[in-house]
Amino acid sequence: MKKTLFAAAALALSLGSATAQDVVRLGTEGLYPPFNFIDDATGELTGFEIELGNILCERAGLTCEWVTNDWDTIIPNLVAGSYDAIMAGMSITDARREMIAFTEPYKRASPSAYMALEGTDISVITDGVIAAQSNTVQAGLVADTDATLLEFPTPDDTISAVLNGEVDAVLADREFLAPFVSDSGGTLVFIGEAVTPGDGIGMGVRQSDTELRATFDAAIESVKEDGTLNELLTRWFGEDEPLFD
Amino acid sequence: MRTCAESFDGYILRSLGREHGERLLPRGLDITLCDQIFLIASGLIWNIYFAALAIGFGFFLATGVALAKFSTNRWISRPAAGFVFFFRGTPLFIQFFFFYSAFVLLPRTGLDIPLGFTTLSIHTAPLTTAAVGGLIVLILNTTAYSAELFHGALRATPKGDLEAADAYGMTGWTKFRRVVWPNMLRLAWPSYTNEAIFLTHSTTLVFLSAFPARQQSGEAFYYARYFVDQTFNPFIAYPLVALYFILLTLFIIGLFGFINIRLNRHLPRERRQRIRFRPQYVR
Amino acid sequence: MFSICTNPALLPDWQWFACYLTTGTHFAFYRSFLVVILLLAVVAPLALAMGMAGALALRSRFAPVTLLGRGYVNLVRGVPDIVFFLFVPIALGQGIEWVLHHLYCPDWDQPIRQGNDFIVCREARMPPVGASAWARNVYAFTMAAIAFSLVFGAFIANTLHGAMQAVPRAQVETAEAYGMTRGQAFRRIVMPQMWVFALPGLSNIWQILIKSTPLLFLLGIQDAVFWARELGGAKTSLFAYPHPDWRVWYFMALLLFYLFLTWLSERGFTALNRRLSRGQSTAEGERLRKAAA
Repeated sequence: MKKTLFAAAALALSLGSATAQDVVRLGTEGLYPPFNFIDDATGELTGFEIELGNILCERAGLTCEWVTNDWDTIIPNLVAGSYDAIMAGMSITDARREMIAFTEPYKRASPSAYMALEGTDISVITDGVIAAQSNTVQAGLVADTDATLLEFPTPDDTISAVLNGEVDAVLADREFLAPFVSDSGGTLVFIGEAVTPGDGIGMGVRQSDTELRATFDAAIESVKEDGTLNELLTRWFGEDEPLFD
Repeated sequence: MRTCAESFDGYILRSLGREHGERLLPRGLDITLCDQIFLIASGLIWNIYFAALAIGFGFFLATGVALAKFSTNRWISRPAAGFVFFFRGTPLFIQFFFFYSAFVLLPRTGLDIPLGFTTLSIHTAPLTTAAVGGLIVLILNTTAYSAELFHGALRATPKGDLEAADAYGMTGWTKFRRVVWPNMLRLAWPSYTNEAIFLTHSTTLVFLSAFPARQQSGEAFYYARYFVDQTFNPFIAYPLVALYFILLTLFIIGLFGFINIRLNRHLPRERRQRIRFRPQYVR
Repeated sequence: MFSICTNPALLPDWQWFACYLTTGTHFAFYRSFLVVILLLAVVAPLALAMGMAGALALRSRFAPVTLLGRGYVNLVRGVPDIVFFLFVPIALGQGIEWVLHHLYCPDWDQPIRQGNDFIVCREARMPPVGASAWARNVYAFTMAAIAFSLVFGAFIANTLHGAMQAVPRAQVETAEAYGMTRGQAFRRIVMPQMWVFALPGLSNIWQILIKSTPLLFLLGIQDAVFWARELGGAKTSLFAYPHPDWRVWYFMALLLFYLFLTWLSERGFTALNRRLSRGQSTAEGERLRKAAA
């Protein structure tokens, strides 16, 4: 038993080192449109962060590969080395800085919004039941209010909870909720906003990987300078999206 | 850092809701060993709640389903057999997902079922909570497994006992209550003990599937998993929850063993059934 | 898939569904059923081997080995299997990294467990830094398979041990009277006959194994449950095939798949039981003999 295990480990090791040259693995959730999601027609990852990540890797001369991971374990698995960087719509916050390091932001902090069924009273924000994805800044925001927090593992689950009335409203990034509101034909509405804490959205890397962080910082700087990033932001998030100058 | 006493005060009842202790769960580096001991222990309240109620309701329902399946009337036996086949043939984990996603489709305002003379109103809202919806799935599941055990026992009822009952002129309810049912229980009891243990262990799946944990009130394994996600160290929380479950299992074996002695006390010593501590795995 | 699928929004219903059910994500969903089958195929022999080792340990005349066997079997029985499924992969993963770390980086001076992190040197990372996604999936899957084998090995050990005891004692004594050693008697007399006694138990365990496979989902493997949840969730117009919450239908499909799998296994075991009973000193064997005569 032990012997075969060891042989398997050795084999995997030799496989790994053959392809180890500059393959950088980017971890993402793949369930958070328009940031990162799976294109249902092809089954491939797509979204703002996927396009941006591929451009960044190209600029930095890296071969990149995408890895999907549950949101709940996305930071532990970065630390454990399942992938080398996170691009998953992750807000840069001090709490997360204790665990991982962040690159320069590639998207400005945008407001979070409460979405609810039409006719929901605004008071639910303070005394109702609010859904949020677990381990998000929004979950932290709700926990600080008097509202009852109901945490769900995926963003989809939070939407379903609003639709079936299990919760009064959901708090999430406004960009994520916007398509649901516009698609619903009036049944879903925004009932309030909250300031998302943090310094925008950036790539998370291990604290020890200073070299990789510098590489990505330089690449992000370059897409900011030549307007590539602004073009992507406008295309994925609309005209109102605050740009970088 | 919290002292152990503070952890105890803050978390021993936390699984009942944030009104019953600390509002937030401990996070990251702030987690102490005592936090883990007491918060996981607190989750056991829910494991016991789910197990006790599911076994309690399931026991009576299973007797009914077993009798229905044993019936010679096809219109009664077929649906019962179908029910047992469905719940025994599919994974509990997916049953949770399925029933949750079905429950959420029900109208939240409640269902009104007109019965002609009166209207039956069903409140559907609690069905999406683990405490009610999850419990219902567990009850249905254990009913199916127990019914299969009871059905097997009904088929094995000693012929002599039935003939003796007939000779005494017993019929219907009296015969069932005094001869068939005690025999069924006696024969099925060792396996039923096993089913009770499996069911108790299955309560760990409730919050792992679709049912959300309201304000982070969950069962023991939910908290163990929370701690492992937070600390990235599986060597404290998982052994702890394992230890708690071993104690729970021993308690069940003791309790069911005691009932078993009562069920068998009329028999001569050598014919008594003993609960085997290495029973067949019937689930 | 089909050429008509380029603009699904304009399609009539049945064509829309034909396109919808043949999207890339749906093929990933269909493939994930193979993962379930693969897990069963890998775990069954592994668990049988573990179970055999466990049963032999239980039978051993050397007290510490017997004790070890009993500890293993009773521990697994007393604890919910899900605890093992989640504990073993992560503990084993960290254990392997710990060993490799001490092999490859003996002069590393920092502690491995710093606060809430588990940090080993770059060379000791498993799966290795830079491994392909495919290799990572294989690694995660192997870990899961080991965890499953450990749990089901304990169940099987119990059943096999019971089956060994069930082989008529007189036959073993006769064999020993003929001068066979304990080992010879076991190989020639007990081993060939024990299976018919073990079969009902093994078939039960197989059914439990089938019904445990959805727990793979909790180990981060993209199995059928993952895809059912992902595909069934409401899709906005950002997607090519927008639809409301359809999870209930996807889970219904999963239930039917498992129902079919357990039903098929039950039939298979019934047939196998008939085969194994031939020539055995059991009631079924006697019935078969009379029927043939």
